[in-house]
Amino acid sequence: MTPAVDVRGLSRAFGSFVAVDAVTFRVERGEIFGFLGPNGAGKTTTIKMLAGLLAPTSGLATVAGYDVTGDTGPLKQRIGYMSQLFSLYADLTVTENIRLFAGLYGVRGERFDARRDWVLEMAGLDAQRDRLTGELPLGWKQRLALGCAVLHEPEILFLDEPTSGVDPVSRRRFWDLIDRLAVAGTTILVSTHYMEEAEYCHRLALMHQAQLIALDTPAGLRASMDAPLYRVTTDAPAQAVPALRVLPVVADAAMFGRALHVTLHDERNAERLIRTALGDAGQACGEVTRIRPSLEDVFVHLVRAHAPAGAA
Amino acid sequence: MNLRRTMALARKEALQLRRDSRSLALAFLLPVFLIVFFGYAISFDVRNLELAVLDQDRSSASRALVSAFESSGYFTIVERLERYGDVEPLLERGGARLVLAVPPDFSARLGGGRTASLQMLLDGGDANTATIAQNYAEVIVNRFALSRGPTRAAAVDVRTRVWFNETLESRNMIVPGLVAVIMSIIAAMLTALTIAREWERGTMEQLVATPVRRSEVIVGKLIPYAAIGALDVAIAAVAGIVLFDVPFRGSVALLAALTLLFLFGALGLGVFISAAVKSQVLATQAAIMATYLPALLLSGFIFSISAMPLVLRVLTHVVPARYYVTVTKGIFLKGVGMSVLWPDALAMLLFASVGLGLAYRAFHKEIA
Repeated sequence: MTPAVDVRGLSRAFGSFVAVDAVTFRVERGEIFGFLGPNGAGKTTTIKMLAGLLAPTSGLATVAGYDVTGDTGPLKQRIGYMSQLFSLYADLTVTENIRLFAGLYGVRGERFDARRDWVLEMAGLDAQRDRLTGELPLGWKQRLALGCAVLHEPEILFLDEPTSGVDPVSRRRFWDLIDRLAVAGTTILVSTHYMEEAEYCHRLALMHQAQLIALDTPAGLRASMDAPLYRVTTDAPAQAVPALRVLPVVADAAMFGRALHVTLHDERNAERLIRTALGDAGQACGEVTRIRPSLEDVFVHLVRAHAPAGAA
Repeated sequence: MNLRRTMALARKEALQLRRDSRSLALAFLLPVFLIVFFGYAISFDVRNLELAVLDQDRSSASRALVSAFESSGYFTIVERLERYGDVEPLLERGGARLVLAVPPDFSARLGGGRTASLQMLLDGGDANTATIAQNYAEVIVNRFALSRGPTRAAAVDVRTRVWFNETLESRNMIVPGLVAVIMSIIAAMLTALTIAREWERGTMEQLVATPVRRSEVIVGKLIPYAAIGALDVAIAAVAGIVLFDVPFRGSVALLAALTLLFLFGALGLGVFISAAVKSQVLATQAAIMATYLPALLLSGFIFSISAMPLVLRVLTHVVPARYYVTVTKGIFLKGVGMSVLWPDALAMLLFASVGLGLAYRAFHKEIA
């Protein structure tokens, strides 16, 4: 079976700015494939190229067996796309939006009735069907946008930061819908900058400065970071970072919220060395605990390793 | 082109339009306002001009002349002056547009078969009105001269007869021309607004993510606006005929067909502008510059093309409204058909192709 998405050396430049730099990956059918990375890493540009919205500058990409540089009409019939910003018509009602996209995707007759009811049920919008879309809370709008993107039961679904700005409860609910679609056989490519969402993906592509710097399952990515990691709390974490970085045993130290995450070369006497260094710097040291690396730790670690020395 | 997708878009556009009071007002109130405004307020006809009379002859002949001015309807006597010295202060304070001075020997010379002279003093402060007043006055004097029996002047008997707009009512000229101007505004501004809005709000991105073709987007957008445009022409035409007694002598079907042709060009231009600038404010300004002003100034609607300097005259050939004004005036006032209007129809067909072609190309860059 051909992969759902096959990308080789795909690049896109805007003038002299390279937004996506020669990325290569494959997505198997039925996968939930995540793009993880900060804003400007090239996630959106990659998704737009794959959805046939933006022409690549160079490289090859086939989606559902179609070359994205060819006639994108048949390609778009077999994929669904939901953009970062809410982009349904705020001045149409819920059902009017559904009817419009059904018309554009050629879903009609009995199939339309069935799909409309399915979308209303899935998005939990049955009671809101005649309300203007613009009046709905953002989380509801996003569920409707997802519904409109899958009205025609696409093989592959592209979701570009679908939950940005949405409250955590709605986000969780949105991901339940994504799971439901994946179980039903839809291949899903989703970008996010929420680390906890990345955990729901089967495989993750980490993007940084236009490049794909790692590609693995969430567990595989965590396992790739074999250096011991400690969580350290102090009363002034910002000043503690330089104090710890000068220690020979410390590979890296970075702020994570109000605490520090410290990667070590050698675990022996680690806690004593950290406490001494902070004490010498005149800082009160709270807890020092060995922790399991989160995806964020992995990401920070990979970005540091990837970047030229001193750049990050 | 897929008809279902096109109609799905046209339906959506109509629904949006129905809920958008600003666009609806633009679509239906603006034409009515313009018709009434131009029809009543701006009239190039001059009536009831203030006339002052200095009759130094005080004869039956001079009284007959003055009453000819009065009964013409163009002049109203506001003052009867006693001395020549009163003329200048009167004109200075704007008390009268025209002073008619009848010299003391007027009736004597007229009766003796000699040439009688009259003096007309005009307030040239408003050059347009002065010229019109002068023309009216000369016509009245000439008729008066003719009515006094055969004179030397009568040997050259010029009888001017005005065709098509027999009473020289400027409304008859304005209403058909106005239809063209209204179409230009509606077409370009409405489409410019709605398509730029799709770019601004990001809805265009979701649209181009579907299998819809750009020709379907353009045509789907055009359908509701073409319907509104056609309705506006009907409103303007009926208003002109009912309110202002503008004659309608031609074929309704031909007017409808050529109106649609013009609309497609203007709408295409609107689509092109909004696809090119992608901002509602910019698109509106560009649409006004590209369609409204040329339609108002260079179409022959208000200012006669043949009286323009050569450069402007050449320029009018790329103003689509010029051809449409010719068509509306031809159909309203002359009742002519395609045998006369075909060059204008051809020009509008070219304009429609260029307008829609530009719209198609402007979209192309985006959906690439």
